[in-house]
Amino acid sequence: MYPEYMRESLTLVEKTRPKRLELEKSGKPVFRPMTAQEREDVLNRFHPDYQPEARRIIRVGPNKGESITTEVADMLESHSRIKPELIDLSKPDYETDILIIGGGGAGCAAAILAMQNGAKSIISTKLRLGDANSMMSQGGMQAAVKPQDSPTRHYLDALGGGHFDNKPDLVRALTEDGPEVVKWLEELGVVWDKNPDGSMYVLHGGGTSRKRMHSCRDYTGAVIMRTLMDEVRNHPDKVTILEFMPTIELILDSRGRCAGGILYNMETEEYFAVKAKATIIATGGYGRLHIRGFDTTNHYGATGDGLVIAYRAGANLLYMDSVQYHPTGAVFPEQIAGFLITEKIRGAGGQPINKFGELFVFPREPRDVESAALIRECLERKNGIQTPSGRWGVWLDSPLIETIEGSGYLEKNFPAMVRQFIRYNIDITKEPMLVYPSLHYQNGGIETNDRCETNIPGLYVAGEASGGVHGRNRLMGNSVLDYNVFGRRAGKYAAQYAKSVSLSKLTVDHVADYEDELKKARIKTDRVAPVLLPFYTPEEVRKRQLTAHYEGTLR
Amino acid sequence: MMAKKKVALKKKARPEKAKPEPSEPPKKMTTVFIMGKAHQVPDDATIMGAIEYAGYQIKRGAGCREGFCGACATVYRMPGDYKIYTGLACTTLVQEGMWLSQLPVIPAQKPIYEIEKLEPNVTAFQKLYPEIFRCVACNTCTKACPQSLEVMDYIQAAIRGDIEKVMDLSFDCLCCGLCAIRCPAEIVHYNVGLLAKRLYGRYLSKKSPELEERLREVKAKKFDKEYAKLMKMKKDELEKLYYARDTE
Ligand SMILES: Cc1cc2nc3c(=O)[nH]c(=O)nc-3n(C[C@H](O)[C@H](O)[C@H](O)COP(=O)(O)OP(=O)(O)OC[C@H]3O[C@@H](n4cnc5c(N)ncnc54)[C@H](O)[C@@H]3O)c2cc1C
Ligand code: SF4
Ligand code: SF4
Ligand code: FES
Repeated sequence: MYPEYMRESLTLVEKTRPKRLELEKSGKPVFRPMTAQEREDVLNRFHPDYQPEARRIIRVGPNKGESITTEVADMLESHSRIKPELIDLSKPDYETDILIIGGGGAGCAAAILAMQNGAKSIISTKLRLGDANSMMSQGGMQAAVKPQDSPTRHYLDALGGGHFDNKPDLVRALTEDGPEVVKWLEELGVVWDKNPDGSMYVLHGGGTSRKRMHSCRDYTGAVIMRTLMDEVRNHPDKVTILEFMPTIELILDSRGRCAGGILYNMETEEYFAVKAKATIIATGGYGRLHIRGFDTTNHYGATGDGLVIAYRAGANLLYMDSVQYHPTGAVFPEQIAGFLITEKIRGAGGQPINKFGELFVFPREPRDVESAALIRECLERKNGIQTPSGRWGVWLDSPLIETIEGSGYLEKNFPAMVRQFIRYNIDITKEPMLVYPSLHYQNGGIETNDRCETNIPGLYVAGEASGGVHGRNRLMGNSVLDYNVFGRRAGKYAAQYAKSVSLSKLTVDHVADYEDELKKARIKTDRVAPVLLPFYTPEEVRKRQLTAHYEGTLR
Repeated sequence: MMAKKKVALKKKARPEKAKPEPSEPPKKMTTVFIMGKAHQVPDDATIMGAIEYAGYQIKRGAGCREGFCGACATVYRMPGDYKIYTGLACTTLVQEGMWLSQLPVIPAQKPIYEIEKLEPNVTAFQKLYPEIFRCVACNTCTKACPQSLEVMDYIQAAIRGDIEKVMDLSFDCLCCGLCAIRCPAEIVHYNVGLLAKRLYGRYLSKKSPELEERLREVKAKKFDKEYAKLMKMKKDELEKLYYARDTE
């Protein structure tokens, strides 16, 4: 339930609704979309990435000298969890064709394609299989399937959204494989939303010029992820799943090729060496680093681990100066602060409204622009609503959707969203939600080509851990597509590569070399990475833990 | 919710206030019993927040933290009440006197099958999940479901071979397993739901002719020329094209 003092503002939202409904029905944009200059201005002044302390120069490794997100630089300038001299690589604990690091969407898609291309794999994953950002996407997946749409139009939309920094070959792969992914997933058993005649039911997303957002109600990610997991589990002879065993370093061979990884059993605290002919990093994003102190939409294990292990081994990173804040994270009630309110709500006609009941931005600008506009409305124009705990937010008018589409529409199409709020006595079919940007997505990542190869032979990357395909700003629906397209490609190409490679002597010398580089750069720190899990122990408790031993954030 | 996060966020989200608001009321506390041991926690915390507030570092029992993954199944009782309650730790609020324990894992095997070789009718359930026919219609599963799904109804629909109904009723299932540990017939409901969804998606959903047409076009390399052109364009050309494009 909203506190009494918000009533006045809520009444204003109701009052302006009929007018705004008319606008929506007129078929014209409900608010004038920004010009290129306006976009630039609002980004420069209000996007968190553009604040002075948001970036700093990284002092070691392949991207040395580049300005990147401060928290990422901190994470990269850190110590390994292992002492290389303690690791015996002469008798690896496991041997396989492909080590897949990360059991989310990209990892599972890769495992399926690897197996179909004749390779065996091991999935090393941090939590349970499928405890991943992939499980959480609600909005949907882009793919140009409709006659009035085309893959090349999708290409242009993605490029514009990414401010034209996207790598063209990657965007082509993404958009051209899209329709096939829709079909592949359906054959695996994904239940897509459809029109009665069997054609795909599609909606708009931020930055799309055609409706091409495919969904499974608002459990899109959950349905796809569980289907992929189930398929992986149906082939235990070809895919071995190691849960609660994240990979904490890569292994190279004496010729500099990637040759597997060192796994850490988080429960028994043992380390294991996995020898693999090819390795795929599919570790997802980094929301749990709480960049700029923001709350996040991400799952518990999203700590950017893949970046660190690849970087220490010499892989290039791309666009690590750009962070995606989702325009609409929940800010009220406090218990769900940071939770994602899917963009599909705006796709279906939901409008961001200030405390006076006014529209102040086109609802479907690219995410960075929309986020910056929301922040401006709250911080500069002071037209936001403050919660009892001091957070700012603006309204997201969901009841409007019920008026457009008829009552029952939200319940049917956004059951997860309705459920999330009804627990706190807020009925979003009748009252709007209060929202503010939330840390959402790692735009950049490890640099790859359209075969998912990196500059290290035998090392492949797919999904959110990779960088380049989205430029500096990903559009909604393009990352579910991303992990499918590139997960599949990584599985296939890694399997082909694994057939021909024979590894020489295994080593983790690169870890020691990186330590030396830190020393030479005079970097003194007690930071340890991969981070693995965030640290949520209250200070009071920490002070009393007199004999507790922490490796980084992990006890 | 989480002490550390909140402090950090406040710094960001209300920059015009240098100091924490003096008028902010002190946290109201409540007592809960985590695995049988009393802890004082904020009275507006979720169960997961409370566990962390009490000083535990969660390794098992948290995944998405937003009600999607089902990693955080929790059982609890309330004082003076004989009933067993179930919920998700990440979205359920604590209550005074709550006596709770998380279930780190729900033991349940999943039969192996090849989706290509199944038929989309009752035989699939008969073969893989014969135990569903032991359902005694006690409705305990439905009462246990944190998603408020009609769990018993979808098991009954599976017995009838009504795959569409199972798909529809189990659509929002999180595979948390709370139904399965309560079921006297030892059924693993969520696996039945998942199988039904896969059968429906693959075999029963109406196919899209547009999709087939698009796949033919891609295969025939219809877009190659256009791609080649776009991929060669400079930024200013692309920009022009982009800002001039029409929107559906
Ligand atoms: C709430 C939410 C909603 C979203 N909605 C949409 C949407 O509607 N449309 C869209 O296109 N995108 C959406 N996204 C983005 C999209 O879901 C993700 O970008 C995508 O799923 C990433 O897939 P992935 O396989 O690369 O990573 P993930 O699915 O996150 O998988 C990574 C896996 O690796 C594991 N891991 C991490 N570190 C290690 C390690 N060191 N060793 C082993 N394993 C490790 C993780 O625990 C996880 O299981 C959403 C994201 C979130 C968080
Ligand atoms: S049906 Fe069972 S497994 Fe699924 S959400 Fe409900 S209780 Fe959990
Ligand atoms: S708990 Fe088991 S026996 Fe009871 S209704 Fe549900 S499925 Fe049937
Ligand atoms: S942690 Fe995923 S449902 Fe609770």
